[in-house]
Amino acid sequence: MARKRYTHAINEALIEEMSRDPRVIVYGEDVELAIMGDTRGLLDRFGRERIRNTPICEATLTGMAVGAAAAGCRVVVHMMFSNFIYTGFDAIANQMAKLHLMTGGQAVMPITIIAAYGGGASNAAQHSDSGYPALVNLGGVNVAMPATPADAKGLLKSAIRGNNPTFFMEAIGRGGEMGEVPDGDYTVPFGKAATAREGRDVTLIAIGSMLKPTLEAAKKLEAAGIQAEVIDPRTLVPLDEEALIAAARKTGRIVVVDEARDRCSAASHIAAVLADKAFGALKAPVKRVTVPNVCMPYAPNAEKRMIPDADRIARIATETARA
Amino acid sequence: MPTTEPSRAELLALYERMLLIRRMEERLRADAAAGNLPGAVHLYIGQEAIATGVCAQLRATDLITSTHRGHGHFLAKGGDPKAMMAEIWAKRTGICRGMGGSMHVADFSKGILGANGIVGGGFAIATGAALASKLLHDTRVAVAFFGDGAANQGVFMECLNVSSLWKLPLLLVCEHNQFSEFTPSQDITSGDIADRARAFKIPTTVVDGNDVVAVWQAAGEAVGRARSGEGPCFIQAHTYRIQGHLEAEDLFLAGGKYREKHEIDAWRQRDPVERQQQRLLAAGVRPDDLQAIDARIGRVVEEAVKFAVESEPADSDLALELMFVGQKA
Repeated sequence: MARKRYTHAINEALIEEMSRDPRVIVYGEDVELAIMGDTRGLLDRFGRERIRNTPICEATLTGMAVGAAAAGCRVVVHMMFSNFIYTGFDAIANQMAKLHLMTGGQAVMPITIIAAYGGGASNAAQHSDSGYPALVNLGGVNVAMPATPADAKGLLKSAIRGNNPTFFMEAIGRGGEMGEVPDGDYTVPFGKAATAREGRDVTLIAIGSMLKPTLEAAKKLEAAGIQAEVIDPRTLVPLDEEALIAAARKTGRIVVVDEARDRCSAASHIAAVLADKAFGALKAPVKRVTVPNVCMPYAPNAEKRMIPDADRIARIATETARA
Repeated sequence: MPTTEPSRAELLALYERMLLIRRMEERLRADAAAGNLPGAVHLYIGQEAIATGVCAQLRATDLITSTHRGHGHFLAKGGDPKAMMAEIWAKRTGICRGMGGSMHVADFSKGILGANGIVGGGFAIATGAALASKLLHDTRVAVAFFGDGAANQGVFMECLNVSSLWKLPLLLVCEHNQFSEFTPSQDITSGDIADRARAFKIPTTVVDGNDVVAVWQAAGEAVGRARSGEGPCFIQAHTYRIQGHLEAEDLFLAGGKYREKHEIDAWRQRDPVERQQQRLLAAGVRPDDLQAIDARIGRVVEEAVKFAVESEPADSDLALELMFVGQKA
C-alpha cells in the first residue's frame, strides 16, 4: 500500500499493462507530451510505435480502434475531454458497441477509451459534460467510473485486459487527489460495488466524481445524528444491482448522487431499478441529486450552483432519512 | 513498372469468381422480389469486377472492409456462399448466426471485417487494421472498399491524412458507381474524388471498373506498394450500379425517378462479366468450358439456397448473449 495521486495511478496502470502485453497501444491527441498527465513517461519507455500523437480527428480515432482491435491490438484511446466522445460517436455507437453481436460473436473489441468528464473548472459547456448516461444506454460498452486512485488503477488494468469496449471515465481536475493504492498487480473486477462508508439510517449511492462530496455530506449528517451508508457502484455497466438492492433493503432510504444531467441520468436508472426490485423495502421515495437539465455555465458561481455539493447532498439525505 | 498480364488460369479464375457473385445475387434478387428475405438487400450487380480484381491480389490474411453493398466483397475474399446465403435468410447457420443480415456479412477468419450499414463506416476500421499490421510488424494489407457517396463523409479526409502520414499498408478502393442512394453523384460531389487522394500525396490510379483485368493490374501494383511499406494507395474504379439502391426501391420511389432507362441500358453494354467472357473466348477458351463453369456455379448457388432454406431460424435469445464477450446484456 502506498499513497498515490489519481493521475499517477492511471499512469502506473498504463505502464504495467503495456509492459505486460506488447499488443497494448495508446494513442490520442497530445498523449506524447501527456497534456492530461496520465500518459507521462510512456513515450520514453515504449517509443512512438506504441504511443503516438494523432491529429484531431475523433471520428477516425474511434474507428481506428475498431480496426486495430480486429487486427490484433489492445487499444487504449485517450479522448482527452469526454465531450470529444460526441465527435467520435459514430464508430462508438455504430461499430464498437455493436460488432460483437452483428458478427455473431466473431468480432472481439479489446478497446479502452479514457475520457475526462464533469464540471468545476470553468471549462464551459463544451468541455464539462458528464455524458456517460448516453454510453450506458448504448448496450455494448462497459462504463467504469473510478472515484479513487486505487479504483483508477484497478479498473483500468481490468479494462485493458478485458475483451469488451470500455469507457474509463476520469473526473476532470481531480487527478491530484491522493489515496492508498495496493501494491503489485492490482485489478478491480467490473460489476462490483464498493462500500465507502457504513451506516444504518440512509444509503447514499455516489457515482464517480460525486463520491468525494458525498463522503463530506456523510460527515455532516453524522454531526446531525444520521448514520449514512455510502455505496460506490464503480462501474455503471455492468451494474452491481445486487449490492444496490441489498443497500436499499438495509436502510430503506436511498439517495443517488450523479454529476450527469437529471433526465435519463445514471441516477434515474438506479432509482428505477430500486423502485422495481426493492419497492417493498423502501421507506421513502428514492431521491436523485443531479445536475439540472442544463449545460454547464462558465462563471464559477453559476457552475457551482449546478453541480451537487456536500450541502445539497446532506440536505436531501436528511429529508430522506426523516421522511 | 511493367504491367503484369494475367495467365489463362488467372483469367478463368477471375471470370468464375465474378460469375459466382452475379449468380448468387441474381438469386437474391429473385428471393427479395418473392418476399423470402426479411431485410433490405443492396445488390452489387454490374460492379463485380472491382471486388474480384482487387481480392484476387490479396492474401488470405489480408483484411478488408466493405459497404452496405457487400456480398461481392465477401465472396471475392473467399467467404462461404452457403454461410452468406443462410445469413441473408436469417438462419442460425448464417455466417453471423442471423444477427447481421445482408448489410453485415463478415468472416473475421478470412479477413472480412464486415459489410457495413454506415456509409463511410469502413474507412477508419481499415485504417486501424493497417495501423495494427504496421505495429505488429506483420505484412498484412488492409483494403477499404467504398463508394463515391462515402467519399463525401469527412472521415474519408481524416483517413487519407493519417494513412499517408504514417505510411500505413492501406489500399483505398473507390467504387464510383455514380449514385449516392437515389441521388446522382454529380449533383452532390464537387471536383474529382481522386484529386482528394492526390492532395495527400497518395499514389492514385483511375481505372475502368468494369474491366476486371484493369482492376486486377492496378490492384496488383497498389497492394505490392502497400505491402512493401511505402504507404497507402488509392484506386478509383468507374462503374455503374445496374440495380437500384436496394431491391424493391420502387415502393419508396412511388413513381419518382432519379435516372433514365437508356443510361442503364448503355451501361449494360459494358457488363463486366460479359466482357470477361468475350475476352476468354477471344483467347481461345471453348464455349463448352464456359458453360461448364456456369453449370458448376449454378450448383453452388442451388446448394447455398438449399442450405439456407433448410437451416433452423436464428436463436431468438442469442442477442442477449452476444452484446458482450462473457457478460450478459
